[in-house]
Amino acid sequence: MNTTSRGLVLDEDLLFEKSQPGRIGYSIAELDVPQVFPEGHFTRGEIADFPELSEVDVVRHYTRLSTWNYGVDSGFYPLGSCTMKYNPKVNEVAARFPGFSDIHPQTPEALNQGALKLMYCLQRDLEEVSGFPAMTLQPAAGAQGEFAGMLMIHAWHEANGQKRNKVIIPDTAHGTNPASAALCGYEVITVASDGVLSKEAVAAVMDDDVAALMVTNPNTLGLFEADIREICELVHERGGLVYADGANLNALMGISRPGDLGIDVMHFNLHKTFSTPHGGGGPGSGPVGVAEKLRPYLPVPVVVKDGDDYKLDYNLPDSIGRLKSFYGHFAILVRAYSYILSMGGEGLRRATELAVLNANYIRARLEGSYDLPNKQRSLHEVVFSEDALENDCHTLDVAKRLIDYGYHPPTIYFPLVVHGSLMIEPTETESKQAVDEFCDALLAIAEEAKVTPELLKQAPVRSKVKRLDEATAARKPKLRWGQD
Amino acid sequence: MDFPEEYKYTEDHEWVLVEEDVATIGITDFAQDQLGDIVFVELPEVGDTLEVGASFGVVESVKAVSDVYAPISGEVVEVNEALPDDPETLNNSPYEEGWMIKVKVADLSVVNELMDVAAYQEFTEKD
Amino acid sequence: MRYLPHTDVDVQQMLDKIGVSNIDELFSGVPEDCRLKRPLDLPAAKSESEVLLSLRKLAEQNATTSQWDSFLGGGAYNHFIPSVIDQLISRSEFYTAYTPYQPEISQGTLQAIFEFQTLICQLTGMDVANASMYDGASACAEAVLLTVRAGKKRNKVLLSNALPPQYRETVTSYCRYLNVELIDIPLNSGTTDQDKLIELLDDQVAAVVVGYPNYFGLVEDIAAIAEHTHAHGARLVTAVPEPLALALFKSPGELGADVVVGEGQSFGVPLSFGGPGIGFFAVRKKDMRVLPGRLVGETLDQDGQRGFVLTLATREQHIRREKATSNICSNQGLCILMVSIYLALHGKQGLRQLAEVNYAKSAYAREKISQLDGFDVTFSGESFNEFVVTCQEPVAELKKRLEQQHILAGISLGRDYSELENGLLICVTEQNSREQIDRFVKVLAGGDAR
Repeated sequence: MNTTSRGLVLDEDLLFEKSQPGRIGYSIAELDVPQVFPEGHFTRGEIADFPELSEVDVVRHYTRLSTWNYGVDSGFYPLGSCTMKYNPKVNEVAARFPGFSDIHPQTPEALNQGALKLMYCLQRDLEEVSGFPAMTLQPAAGAQGEFAGMLMIHAWHEANGQKRNKVIIPDTAHGTNPASAALCGYEVITVASDGVLSKEAVAAVMDDDVAALMVTNPNTLGLFEADIREICELVHERGGLVYADGANLNALMGISRPGDLGIDVMHFNLHKTFSTPHGGGGPGSGPVGVAEKLRPYLPVPVVVKDGDDYKLDYNLPDSIGRLKSFYGHFAILVRAYSYILSMGGEGLRRATELAVLNANYIRARLEGSYDLPNKQRSLHEVVFSEDALENDCHTLDVAKRLIDYGYHPPTIYFPLVVHGSLMIEPTETESKQAVDEFCDALLAIAEEAKVTPELLKQAPVRSKVKRLDEATAARKPKLRWGQD
Repeated sequence: MDFPEEYKYTEDHEWVLVEEDVATIGITDFAQDQLGDIVFVELPEVGDTLEVGASFGVVESVKAVSDVYAPISGEVVEVNEALPDDPETLNNSPYEEGWMIKVKVADLSVVNELMDVAAYQEFTEKD
Repeated sequence: MRYLPHTDVDVQQMLDKIGVSNIDELFSGVPEDCRLKRPLDLPAAKSESEVLLSLRKLAEQNATTSQWDSFLGGGAYNHFIPSVIDQLISRSEFYTAYTPYQPEISQGTLQAIFEFQTLICQLTGMDVANASMYDGASACAEAVLLTVRAGKKRNKVLLSNALPPQYRETVTSYCRYLNVELIDIPLNSGTTDQDKLIELLDDQVAAVVVGYPNYFGLVEDIAAIAEHTHAHGARLVTAVPEPLALALFKSPGELGADVVVGEGQSFGVPLSFGGPGIGFFAVRKKDMRVLPGRLVGETLDQDGQRGFVLTLATREQHIRREKATSNICSNQGLCILMVSIYLALHGKQGLRQLAEVNYAKSAYAREKISQLDGFDVTFSGESFNEFVVTCQEPVAELKKRLEQQHILAGISLGRDYSELENGLLICVTEQNSREQIDRFVKVLAGGDAR
């Protein structure tokens, strides 16, 4: 079984505490033009308490910090709905080619044909995977993709002379869905789902004020929305559109294409499905695919092919406008494109199959020891509840105890519809052996909850810090160094 | 869990104590227990007018937010100024030091429609 | 496939345990009429060497700042990136980690964010900074939303015409379906027209938004603008597209700004065709609880050791859903590291010195170009890195002519500013040697650089 052992964990002060007056970590070429200064009343004095460090200080500082982290390269990272698959190293190398990293966004198009071609090809590939005929790569992350999609839906209704003010969202949705809808001025109607969304539940709230239904498919319980075609038809009949959150696309590649099912718009998370690194929180990338009717509303500019030339087209009079500077997270797009080249069409389908196999295998091994509230056939993730835990142990305790076994915990307390959710998504890049060891650890923890629950309550004890006082952090926020 | 006899209760887990025409309002022991460590409290200003059922404040724990709804209509005559600085008081003393606001009640008859302690206790067991 | 570890034996054992006979059965929840009945029409998998070859071919078709003499700025800046940065951010404990929701095994990311928040506060002169936004433009849009939220019933926002156009366009998209009225403040000699600002201000205005330095590189009179803005109870948002300027010029905080947002790309983040960048976002203490995005705070663990956690999370979408202060879910985690390492290396002295070098270089280029026939420096006044030149020769032709000599001349302003049809926005940084600048000037004047 996977276990943790003692290691040399070094303490490290903050940059500001390590600072020594006069120490430097930079080199600047000697000034080769005359020295001039702005007028004195414009200029600022020294930046108080700004750090002063040598290059070695800085290198040691961040190296030590890195050792307190846990990444996919450290071990199994089964966060549900986050698709923490392996981040291939060739992608990192490619993104650092000077021809990608050192190009200015305002360089004339004729001098950036390689970059534009890459974007165009990636668009075509994502269109093929998803079944949508048009695409924007601009959104910076999934949430911004949702926002872009909802803006396009709003613009479409407006162009059709419709004033609709509501959006239907199932109770299993990610929090970004209602937040993005609200940002487009919509009122959110939450609909309860019984594992999957029923046509009847949607029909009960669908009316002429509803602009769209937002669904995640498969949903956050890992269940395919089996009525999705009929639900799309129903919404369309009443004049609405359907938005799909593509967070769980890793369950569908080569199996089912959202664009073929009647869905009108969907965002991708390249940092989930297409292997780009999560970076400790970002940068992500959230391209959006749309049905033909929404093409005129895409954010500007769009990448187009004109003869043999690739161009940025700004001439979309009905566009929702731009959502950020320039054209998207290009360096992330390079990585995703590199991944698709490495995998090929068959490889993407195989990834989906093995991701689903891994999740179902975990389910089979843990069912019986952990409570499984939804018994339908699930795809790439599995959600247990805390109800089978003994001795007042909770999901949080299981999660923290997993750290002592050397694992990153799964997603916990989401989705909200499951009591004390423990949401496990293994992805396809974990071997049977890795998955088995993880299951062994969870089974051992379920046993510990019966016999030695204090091991769960005290956990983690082998990490750099123990459980932290989050209540005091929120009551008396200390959000920067040097000010109390 | 502790529910004082002389108080009235709401389905949103607020308590009300009426003395003459002034009602003191707070959240119940059950509510604070459900929320966990309370870290932030937002209160109305003295002089604000409350409508039954409208939100008059917010109580937050580390990972949850809860609106607090007015059980009765009236004008806010006093707020517990100490609470925002020490939100944990709501956990430690929900019925005494953790009172939230005092309201000059517009219609005292509404108070009789609130739950008494027995009814509320039953309500929490169902909930 | 080398990323897929399952052997045939593994697969069979797993299927047996699950109790199905083949992988297809696992997809029984997907109805037949939802299935794709053909293979994906994508090329076959390539080997690693083939992948690198085809990507290298694409990369070679692009004009890089190392092979060309670049005078392009306009919101993305060509600064030197110390080698340390890429070496450190390539530690996969950083880049393969997720958002630090489990603090006990994420202290590296969390402490780095806490330090980043502090560095941004120091640089901007503000009290509280968040853990970053997507980029400067979207941070600017989120700042507008903050002022409307915090301004209670106020719903007008005045946007300076000298804000970068991509910032104004982004703000417009974000406010498209919200009850916010956006009003332009016209230009006066390249800066925000203060007389017009005074005319436009009333008690319905939630915010005034200006660039610092603005799109033309000019240093706006933030103190005066702040005074007018505050006289009407509105908030002043300053957007900083080139934050290196803050090492030399007074901080927006010192000058009275209420919200300071900007783009951190200048600090060690590669240009990468415009993304990812990194938006920073700082406010006064009074607006701490209406901030969008993630925040890291200091606390103690059970043993009394210092540690860091995500905090004040109830503002965010995963808890407050449709009532959240923003829909943002990620931050630019890895770019935070780049910026922080860059600032830590340069420190108090280095950042100032670098800013002075940039100031002197652009002043030199501006002076040289102003002496040429057929070129006028359009706006006077203090500027940083960038300046506008009015050209007699049509700008498109001029740019083509310089491209022949491997020079990227600058940005045409005609598309965004009809009154600046012959305007060229030129950017000079420490990456442009005197030799490069002299050659640029010579070619502008009609000479041949070769």
